Amino acid sequence: MSFMKMTASTLAIAAVSATAAAARDNVQVAGSSTVLPYASIVAELFGENTDFPTPVVESGGSSAGLKRFCEGVGENTIDVANASRAIREKEIQACADNGVTDIIEVRIGYDGIVFASQQSGPEFTAFEPTDIFNAIGATVLKDGELVENTHETWSEFNSELPDAEIAMFIPGTKHGTREVFEEKVLLVGCEETGAMQAMLDSGMSEDEAEDSCLDVRQDGKSVDIDGDYTETLARIDANTNGIGVFGLAFYENNTDKLKVATMSGVAPSTETIASGEYPVSRPLFFYVKKAHIGVIPGLKEYAQFFVADEIAGPGGPLSNYGLVADPELAETQAKVESEETMGSGS
Amino acid sequence: MTDATLSGGHGRSSLTTTDANTKRRNAAEKRFRAYGLTAIVIGLFFLVVLFVSIIRSGLPAFTHTVVEMEFTLTQAQYDEAEDQLFKTKAYSNLFIAQLQAQLEERGMEVEFDEAAIERLLGKVGGNLREYYSANQNRLGEPVQFSLSASSRVDGYFNGRVTREALQDSRFLMASDLDLVDALRNAGIIRSEFNWNFITGADSGVDNPGGAGIGASVIGSFFMMLVVLVLSLPIGVAASIYLEEFAPQNRFTDLIEVNISNLAAVPSIVFGILGLAVFIQFMHLPQSAPLVGGLVLTLMTLPTIIISTRASLKSVPPSIRDAALGVGASKMQAVFHHVLPLAMPGILTGTIIGLAQALGETAPLLLIGMVGFVARGYPDGFVAGFTEPNSAMPAQIYTWAARADASFYEKAWGGIIILLVFLLTMNIIAIILRRRFERRW
Repeated sequence: MSFMKMTASTLAIAAVSATAAAARDNVQVAGSSTVLPYASIVAELFGENTDFPTPVVESGGSSAGLKRFCEGVGENTIDVANASRAIREKEIQACADNGVTDIIEVRIGYDGIVFASQQSGPEFTAFEPTDIFNAIGATVLKDGELVENTHETWSEFNSELPDAEIAMFIPGTKHGTREVFEEKVLLVGCEETGAMQAMLDSGMSEDEAEDSCLDVRQDGKSVDIDGDYTETLARIDANTNGIGVFGLAFYENNTDKLKVATMSGVAPSTETIASGEYPVSRPLFFYVKKAHIGVIPGLKEYAQFFVADEIAGPGGPLSNYGLVADPELAETQAKVESEETMGSGS
Repeated sequence: MTDATLSGGHGRSSLTTTDANTKRRNAAEKRFRAYGLTAIVIGLFFLVVLFVSIIRSGLPAFTHTVVEMEFTLTQAQYDEAEDQLFKTKAYSNLFIAQLQAQLEERGMEVEFDEAAIERLLGKVGGNLREYYSANQNRLGEPVQFSLSASSRVDGYFNGRVTREALQDSRFLMASDLDLVDALRNAGIIRSEFNWNFITGADSGVDNPGGAGIGASVIGSFFMMLVVLVLSLPIGVAASIYLEEFAPQNRFTDLIEVNISNLAAVPSIVFGILGLAVFIQFMHLPQSAPLVGGLVLTLMTLPTIIISTRASLKSVPPSIRDAALGVGASKMQAVFHHVLPLAMPGILTGTIIGLAQALGETAPLLLIGMVGFVARGYPDGFVAGFTEPNSAMPAQIYTWAARADASFYEKAWGGIIILLVFLLTMNIIAIILRRRFERRW
């Protein structure tokens, strides 16, 4: 009969723990895998420097994080969503439908997106957006005509680039990084090569032309990576000709394996990104559920700690890891202090 | 007649000389044995490759480089540091300043500055603050500290970072290595066994030296406790009923088919179920071993039911007949005679089910146990179930995805620890089977 006793005690334990669980004492965070490293640094320091327990930070991508964020208000939902892009109108609407109306948007800094290849691989040292578009766009302009992309090597369309096979590893569509890559590289390249104009001339509407600019060839020359940068790194390791899209911080941690290419003549660094010279960068955010402030202990303190000068400012642990400090950090701090939500205020 | 058939078939056969047919059959047998041997050799080869690569990549995780120094913190410095927002930074600055002063006093022959020392040290502020918060009576007197060096120095010691491949970065300069060599000769930096890796909790991505798998071992332990306590009684009760009492009809057939199907369902499906039922509907806490254990229970149940039924079936019917024959009730026959004889098989099945659950990451992805979960040890038994924690495979997965190559080593080290646990569980299963198995 010891089975009976065991089962009974288990149920008792489960019941006790369920009641004990009624008050969550830690901040729960989920979202972008680009923001995850910064959030984990802050979470660890927050636990070490305050009396609050260490927050739990999950990854999963910006969209997945915002989706969970918008599931509703209450202790079984997350308090903070990390995102490597701004929240979309559609997502704000979805949030509102579930009762999540007061959202505080916090911009923590900027991240650069770099193009890197194997240290010992071909001389991929300088790219223009047009090169990337010519390499992986689905439809490109060749001899004044729109044709399906059949480029095999980089030197086919730019004699300054190595005569190496095209193999690009780009972030998958669930990553916020993809959006920046499309907007700042593919679309720009599409316009600069004249492919965009040719599409418009062929009778497409502006939207159709834009969509078709963002189409990536499907013949295996460009591979979507849905996992983390480590997966991209593993692909680059295995392919001498491979070129991967990485975050600046990831590249800086792996300079012994990777070499970086300039974009439009500018080498990526925290300085060139902060000054805006390096073209492919994007702001990073996290979103706080205002309804949880005062309910979940340490939530506001976590947000304040995150954007404090000592942490997110220049010379702090985040910028030391690769985040480009936001020049307007003081405004963000004031916003968190006054719990200013989106849509209110200015 | 017999002569005719013999000569008609194969001609004359003799036992002393081998004819073509026998030769062919013998050759076929030899070939088959060779195939079998080759298969085993290939299997062993892969096993050896696997173990060698795991051990070679994982061993560096078990040692770390430490900086050893006598450090004095005055009450005034303590109060000043505690006044700041970023307290641990203040502590580490004080440590760096004292280390620099001590090195200058000793007169090292290599050039160095404060920034170089900062690059060599790991994140020491957290350890210092923790120590002084607990031991305020040691303020003002010298304390011997050995704190972890940065992950790049670690890499230099175990050969991952070499002078040739090193590119100057804000993490480590080539000139810093001269300082490291000098400090090593002076006995200030040395390599030692990393107990923190076995006992500690996860750390931030910029602090690989502080990462340990201990907290997630505890998380896995509490999950396994939930799995064991729930799935063993439920699984055994279900299989005894199905095997011994249930009538054979379409309905029980349907249940049987479903159990077998359930055993083949991909584990991520149970994670989705867990998120929907346990967290969103029942409002159990996120990232808690309790939920992880419940999800893994669902996954383990079919395995236990199937193995339990197999071992109940293998008890000869004569035992049941004899028990019933001397007047035992059906329940007495089952509980007094059949179940004890089936026990070794049930336990083996349970342990193998648990081992499978121990190594599972996918269902934990969706219930918040994968990510940065660094709460450390739970305070108390009940808290062990409800406080956020990670699990061993989840921790390994998280480390493998981090940018610093040092975390990659930690992931392999974590795999070694996980394998030790799995091997132990399998050995226990084998011992139980050997000990209690009855043959008929």
